[in-house]
Amino acid sequence: MSDYNFAYLDEQTKRMIRRAILKGVAVPGYQVPFASREMPMPYGWGTGGVQVTAACLMPSDRLKVIDQGADDTTNAVSIRRFFQRTADVAVTSHTHEATLIQTRHRIPEAPLREGQILVYQVPIPEPLRFLEPRETETRRMHALEDYGLMHVKLYEDIARNGTIATSYAYPVMVAGRYVMDPSPIPKFDNPKLSGSPALQLFGAGREQRIYAVPPYTGVVSLDFEDHPFEASKAPHACDLCGDDGSYLDEVITDDRGGRMFVCSDTDHCDCRQKAGHRGRLAMPETVQ
Amino acid sequence: MYVAVKGGEQAIDNAHAFLAEERRGDPAVAELSIDQIREQLSLAVNRVMAEGSLYDPDLAALAIKQARGDMIEAIFLIRAYRTTLPRLGQSRPIDTGAMAAIRRVSATYKDLPGGQVLGPTFDYTHRLIDFALMADGEAPQAPTAAPHGAMPRVSGLLDAEGLVEAEPFSNTEPPDLTRTPMELPANRALRLQALARGDEGFLLSLAYSSQRGFGRTHPFVGELRIGEVMVELDIPELGFSVEIGAITVTECETVNQFNGSKTQPPQFTRGYGLVFGQSERKAISMSLVDRALRWEELGEEDTGAPVQDAEFVLMHADNIQATGFLEHIKLPHYVDFQSELELVRQMRAGASEHQEAAP
Repeated sequence: MSDYNFAYLDEQTKRMIRRAILKGVAVPGYQVPFASREMPMPYGWGTGGVQVTAACLMPSDRLKVIDQGADDTTNAVSIRRFFQRTADVAVTSHTHEATLIQTRHRIPEAPLREGQILVYQVPIPEPLRFLEPRETETRRMHALEDYGLMHVKLYEDIARNGTIATSYAYPVMVAGRYVMDPSPIPKFDNPKLSGSPALQLFGAGREQRIYAVPPYTGVVSLDFEDHPFEASKAPHACDLCGDDGSYLDEVITDDRGGRMFVCSDTDHCDCRQKAGHRGRLAMPETVQ
Repeated sequence: MYVAVKGGEQAIDNAHAFLAEERRGDPAVAELSIDQIREQLSLAVNRVMAEGSLYDPDLAALAIKQARGDMIEAIFLIRAYRTTLPRLGQSRPIDTGAMAAIRRVSATYKDLPGGQVLGPTFDYTHRLIDFALMADGEAPQAPTAAPHGAMPRVSGLLDAEGLVEAEPFSNTEPPDLTRTPMELPANRALRLQALARGDEGFLLSLAYSSQRGFGRTHPFVGELRIGEVMVELDIPELGFSVEIGAITVTECETVNQFNGSKTQPPQFTRGYGLVFGQSERKAISMSLVDRALRWEELGEEDTGAPVQDAEFVLMHADNIQATGFLEHIKLPHYVDFQSELELVRQMRAGASEHQEAAP
């Protein structure tokens, strides 16, 4: 595709985005404003992640795109195709083969390694947004490390419900300084944010923000001593591959309450099935 | 039996093919040409150019065709195209005072130099469906008149008397909304940029709310003019500017009452609207919203009205941002929903244990 520059964005724009990324890496968890461009896909559909990916991609990269943990959900397909068309990069569905992974709502089950980049699509980058709608106010709160409001919110959750009633986009503290929204990943994934050998980049296109968690950075999910953070998932094993440690999707199989649980990370599940693992409902003929 | 869902790629291809077929409609009906859209749906073309921030009637017409008449989708196509264009230079400020106006009305003076020129307006039409348009008729012909020369601006007439606030002269380069992230508080130049590409419906409702008392602005349309203006570009190699073309714009200046403040004597104040093409509703709305947003610099009271809240107005005026984020909730959210399911189940289990334990 010769009509557009490599990976769609022009080099000046990529340079502007790379500067924002570098600033984000230098100040982990800090939301760096950047001049987000209109992309040929709608705001809210991953334009921030797409711009970060475009700025990071090299012709030698191998790209993996997932949405809800799966490589074949429609929006993941659409974004992967976009980069195949505009950057002609190699693609893969295997986590360990990818050099750059763009994700929406999940962190892959397989541990990441040094040299990999994980790009998150972020809808609302501001963890304080639903406590304080004004950007002018929340920026001041971050500057002053004024996170009392967040702790009061978590405390009120416990007072009302006996538990912190946040199950995804669970707020974290990065490198002991900035409270950060990890994007709407389930809190099950939160522990994987911390100390990861991979570079984690977060792009919010509509809100014009980029932030980062550099490799081997400490990321702590907010909690209280007497109510410690707990990564939770459905109390089942995958019905296809039998894994009882991966995050599960619940699939309704009939209208009489029948349901099954399957890995949300499709690559993880495929690899396990190929290795001979079988879940409760796996049929030999469904596995190649 | 569920087997991991596959086939997203094929489904997308088929959906696109279906969309293309639906866009064309009944093949027995003649296909719309871009020329037809540009010439006969010109106000739609104007809106797409205005909110798409790109003055190109042919491209806007094509976008309307491709978008099946969905205006926001067409605006989106234009915006996405426009970001890929190189920036060759910056034009000089256009001179709307030198406009060749096809329409110019003032609500503040019965007559004024240059006169009232109604032009092609719906204003005094009776909104009766014209069934004759269902049949192809002869092209209508309007009487013609000699073109007007430059007309003085109403605000200039008031200015000569010192009755309207002076527009502070500034040579500072205005911020560019498309090249730098929006920073708040935003100055007036940045606010006007955001309003000029903002959603017509959103601005209309905000302006209307200010008329009904949510942040009252007491506006009169000092002047509304529509017509062609020349666009000039400075050519550094030549040392002078050259005209590179003409664009049609709608300009509205409202005149608002102002009681004066500690530093200012009582005088009229201004609201300003400027929009690509013939877009009166948008230009008037924009000038009302602009004026309402100026409450702070004019020392007026913050009544808490939405239209006075710059962050609220500016962060929500862009329909491309709004529609994208709104519609993204139809994307898969299985993972988040699953985590909510678990949480609700866990909380319900906790609640029922608690009830059973109670005497």
